[in-house]
Amino acid sequence: MTRYLARRLVLMALTLLLTSILIFALTQLLPGDVARLILGREARPEALENLRIQLGLNDPVPMQYWNWLTGFVSGDWGTSFIGGSAPIRPLVLERLGNSLKLALLALTFCVPLSILLGAVAALREQKFVDGAISLFTLAVVGLPEFVTGLALINIFALGLGWFPASASADTPTLGELLRQLTLPALTASFVLIAYIVRLTRAGVVDELKKPYVRTATLKGLSRRAVLVRHVLRNALAPTITVIAISFGWLIGGLVVIENVFSYPGLGRLMTAAVERKDIPLMQAVVMVVIFFYAAANLIADLLVAFLNPRVRLE
Amino acid sequence: MFVLIAIFGSTIAPYRYDALIRGAARLPPSVEYPFGTDRLGRDVYSRILWGARDIVGLPALTTALAVTFGAAIGLYIGYRGGWVDEVVSRIMDSLLAIPALILALVMLGTLGASQTGIVIVIVVLYTPIVARVVRSAVLSLRSTGYIEAAKLRGESTPYILFRELLPGVLPALIVEGALRFSYAIFLTASLGFLGLGVQPPSPDWGRMVNEARDSYAQTPWALWAPAASIALLIIGVNLLSDGLRRTLRYEGTLG
Amino acid sequence: MSASNEILIAAERLTIDYRADGRWLNAVCETDLQIAPGEIHGLVGESGSGKSTLALGMMRYLAANARASGRVSFDGSDLLTKPDDAMQRIWGKQIALVPQDALASLNPSQRIGDQIAEVARLHDGLSASEANTLAVEMLRRVRFSEPEDAARRYPHQLSGGMQQRASIAMALIARPRLLILDEPTTSLDVTTEAAIIDLIRDLIRDTQAAALFVTHNLGIVAQLCDRMTVLYAGEIMASGAVADLFARPLHPYTIQLLASLPRPTHGTETRLPTIEGVAPSPTNRPTGCVFAPRCPAAIAICGTKPPVEALDGGRLIKCHRWREIAAGTLTLEAPPIQPIRANDAPTAGYTLTTRDLRKTFARRGMFQRRARLVAVDDVSLQVRARSTLGLVGESGSGKTTAARLIAGLEMADAGTMELLDVPLANGARARPVETLQRLQMIFQNPNDSLNPYRSVGATLQRAIYRLSTAKLSSAEINARVMMLLESVRLPANYADRYPSELSGGEKQRVAIARAFAADPALVVADEPTSALDASVQSAVLNLLKDLRAERGVSYLFISHDLNAVAYLADWIAVMYRGEIVEEGDVEQVYNPPSHPYTEALLSAIPNPDPTIKTHRILLNDDANGAQVITGCPFHPRCPRKIGAICEHEAPPYRDAGAGHFIRCHIPVDELTVLQTSAPTMRTGQALPRPETP
Repeated sequence: MTRYLARRLVLMALTLLLTSILIFALTQLLPGDVARLILGREARPEALENLRIQLGLNDPVPMQYWNWLTGFVSGDWGTSFIGGSAPIRPLVLERLGNSLKLALLALTFCVPLSILLGAVAALREQKFVDGAISLFTLAVVGLPEFVTGLALINIFALGLGWFPASASADTPTLGELLRQLTLPALTASFVLIAYIVRLTRAGVVDELKKPYVRTATLKGLSRRAVLVRHVLRNALAPTITVIAISFGWLIGGLVVIENVFSYPGLGRLMTAAVERKDIPLMQAVVMVVIFFYAAANLIADLLVAFLNPRVRLE
Repeated sequence: MFVLIAIFGSTIAPYRYDALIRGAARLPPSVEYPFGTDRLGRDVYSRILWGARDIVGLPALTTALAVTFGAAIGLYIGYRGGWVDEVVSRIMDSLLAIPALILALVMLGTLGASQTGIVIVIVVLYTPIVARVVRSAVLSLRSTGYIEAAKLRGESTPYILFRELLPGVLPALIVEGALRFSYAIFLTASLGFLGLGVQPPSPDWGRMVNEARDSYAQTPWALWAPAASIALLIIGVNLLSDGLRRTLRYEGTLG
Repeated sequence: MSASNEILIAAERLTIDYRADGRWLNAVCETDLQIAPGEIHGLVGESGSGKSTLALGMMRYLAANARASGRVSFDGSDLLTKPDDAMQRIWGKQIALVPQDALASLNPSQRIGDQIAEVARLHDGLSASEANTLAVEMLRRVRFSEPEDAARRYPHQLSGGMQQRASIAMALIARPRLLILDEPTTSLDVTTEAAIIDLIRDLIRDTQAAALFVTHNLGIVAQLCDRMTVLYAGEIMASGAVADLFARPLHPYTIQLLASLPRPTHGTETRLPTIEGVAPSPTNRPTGCVFAPRCPAAIAICGTKPPVEALDGGRLIKCHRWREIAAGTLTLEAPPIQPIRANDAPTAGYTLTTRDLRKTFARRGMFQRRARLVAVDDVSLQVRARSTLGLVGESGSGKTTAARLIAGLEMADAGTMELLDVPLANGARARPVETLQRLQMIFQNPNDSLNPYRSVGATLQRAIYRLSTAKLSSAEINARVMMLLESVRLPANYADRYPSELSGGEKQRVAIARAFAADPALVVADEPTSALDASVQSAVLNLLKDLRAERGVSYLFISHDLNAVAYLADWIAVMYRGEIVEEGDVEQVYNPPSHPYTEALLSAIPNPDPTIKTHRILLNDDANGAQVITGCPFHPRCPRKIGAICEHEAPPYRDAGAGHFIRCHIPVDELTVLQTSAPTMRTGQALPRPETP
């Protein structure tokens, strides 16, 4: 098991490295002169050149990458180009915190519910309940977040007034947190629920067809015992993997939801960075997001390996 | 299940209806127009109809490209195996490690928001997924008797890939393709909403929704018409792909 | 054997239907079956006969899309009317199942001990620790050498034989009165199977349980069962005491089935009796006697269903003409043994020679320990011209790998090969068309041998086209297709059919036709009949023999079925763990002196004659395949191991005369003496078993 863990950690580090190179390469392709962007169009050539030297823009590209990488790893994330040279790290971390709050809330909503629904649908396969659940998930799974988000705002915020139409990050108490973040978390959950329910259902249905389920039944176990004690452990592997991937999405991919609800999370930060071609900021945000994504994947893999003795004892 | 395809068909029929449209000219606000008009005085209904071409055509094109590239890659690395498979798979995994929207943002920032940009982004994003699906289908077919018999006939690799393996992989490919299509629509609409899609004055549905937010109080229909259209389109495509999956009896991936 | 007239469980007019594609299809039709306490009852039939469905139906386990009618009496009540929760008290406790695929039937993420103990906790109310102790005890009874260790393992860590033993332990722990075994040894090697059968026999005697043993292997039934039922296309054909049915079979199906079992031919070119035709699928069962379409004795009255009649001694028979058969006025002789039209006698020279072939598999993966498995270890073979070399071995012997090396589907790491005295390139991609024409292969699984998207004709056309050096017109190609179809005895209109429309035997014939498309000199046949039903196997073996006589081709025939090999082959090479341990002609290999492994292998085959109780040599379960074994590869299991020399030194090839070689440390003369002093015996005492190390 430890060997497996070590292997996965190395792979994770490699992936992170590879991705950082990818991102860096992409940013290099961004059109526009960074120095000019910062100092404005009327800047004098000497000032531009000074700035370029200062920012290291004249150095060869691999060296720029190396400088950035070493800096990043040691905690120096540089300063943002625009907006008065604000240091990046506190900015990103603050937004990260906001995103984490939202992500965790969304997960709490959707994970138990989806697994339950998925299992129920699998058990009542081909019957009415299954059909209803399947139809619901099919309908919901593809709706873009802005559609569901706007619909929720319409109904619950503008219509019923239970929740605010835009979510603020200022949530001193848990109650306030729930009030502000429920709608965006629900919106995110919608997509995830549909996805996880379908996957769980498929996993359980497949598992139920396997011969060892027949053996368990013919041992005299009740249906519930068969399901809980035997089937679930083996059926949930793909579900767990998906939940982990979703976590990554919840951290960095909620751009649209943050937009709809005007919530200051990492997604909006990223959008702003792209608009302003703020390279260090972009890189920092991407690295953070990918880190969480890879970490979540790692945990999921480990969990799956733990549940599956074949892998565990390798 | 063919009923579902019929539903989808009827959904798409009016949307492809762009031949008979009145021009997307500016018309004074008036409720007599089917979906009303937006804040700039444009007829929402016409804009939707014009936009249909983009929101269906663009994803269709990108999906077709992603499917073609993905299938080619998947077939090849699935069949060859060895270090080629390892390396390419790792690269693809790295690509997939990045959440879609982030990568899209970065790339569009680089390439500039345009139709070409969107096409490139979506193709880059979805080709690895298709390739993965095809690869795993190939892996299960690789050791069957008739493939080995083909090797014993001295068949060339392209022949084996396309004449022997591809027919077996096709059901998985079709199902995955339909799914990708649905997600491509999703992504295109989202990008449009964020302002990164097709530029004004083109009637991109996603952007229409976003633009309508400011004047929501006066023209709520300008927001709901495109939003509902997007929703219906995606639901229709999903039902279609699910129907396909059941007919072809194949699970495929769900993402 | 029970002496009383009690019945433990009885099925009366049991009918099971299932729903597929919107229709109800019949799997089992009005069958009666009775089992007495302590009786071992064999249920025999081919695939599709409904035997598994019947066996499971008798314990009231039906698939979700199945329904049953009739009655199953057990303990005074009808099982078919019982609801699930009532059955839950019976399943596991009164009636238990030993399924076919042990690995798939065990929970992969639960330890063996826990799974077994679960039954005891559930039914006998034992505490966790009591149940665990009992589980370990059961594992000891099923002959695990280290039961505590085994109890902590997971299913995938055990070998096939061990998994099946664990299944048996799980079934017996609550001391059920009836054990249902659904082909428990079908997927196991012959030597492992022998050990399991022996274990089952002993355990059933000890626990006095009754057993319903489902199988297609008549040999096992002859050796193990007291009574038997023969099932065909969902209907009972005959049932009664095993001794009776084998000695005096009365049903045409039974008679022909017994006659068609492959046996050693001792040199003559003969044909196996076959049963013409194919078993009907559930969608097109005949309305009269189900066997009539294939029965050589069918007459007009057979268009109506025969009644089930009872004879003395508890025998049942379902045939219109049994009286004539019993009286001897109707005989179903096998067609007179016709020598096949042979061309010239085998010529001199060798079609195929290999020297020191070697293939090692390394486990891939980053950062993983590289475990090496030497699959083929310096194998040197010769296939004589116009003759057949049978390559025999069990799973892990390397025979399939060796065949694939020769065919070019794998690359050899070392060694050379020659085809018709011309060096053979390593790997099919390196071989020119002329070579490919001369060396072709038939695969084991007929269901994926053919491209499902191509018609039969297209498949053959492609083979002809690709493998010909001359430019053929399409008319010529089509003519050849017709000729090939005819040579495998398929009608010409099959050219337009798709594989999904063909039966297993027919698909295999097409695969054979494809292999012969370019008139090869050597055909590698990898277990071509293992996946086919008994009644079809003989037809395919006959076909292969015919083609050999007509075309003068040589075969490299891979199999684990010694009887089939003996029927088709002239020479045999026995492989164990990548090495050839014995080679010789059929007579030499089948008789002493033999390599100890060959000896065990031969003794393990269940003899389809209940009067002959072979003394079976039982081997320990095979050690983990990845371990490296020094010296003789067989020494951990060899009942004739002589000492340390077997562990350290590779044994020499000893010449036993006339091309017969045995690779053993024991000299040939000594082997002859040892092996002839323990002959097979007629009914009577069994010899005490030799000490197993």
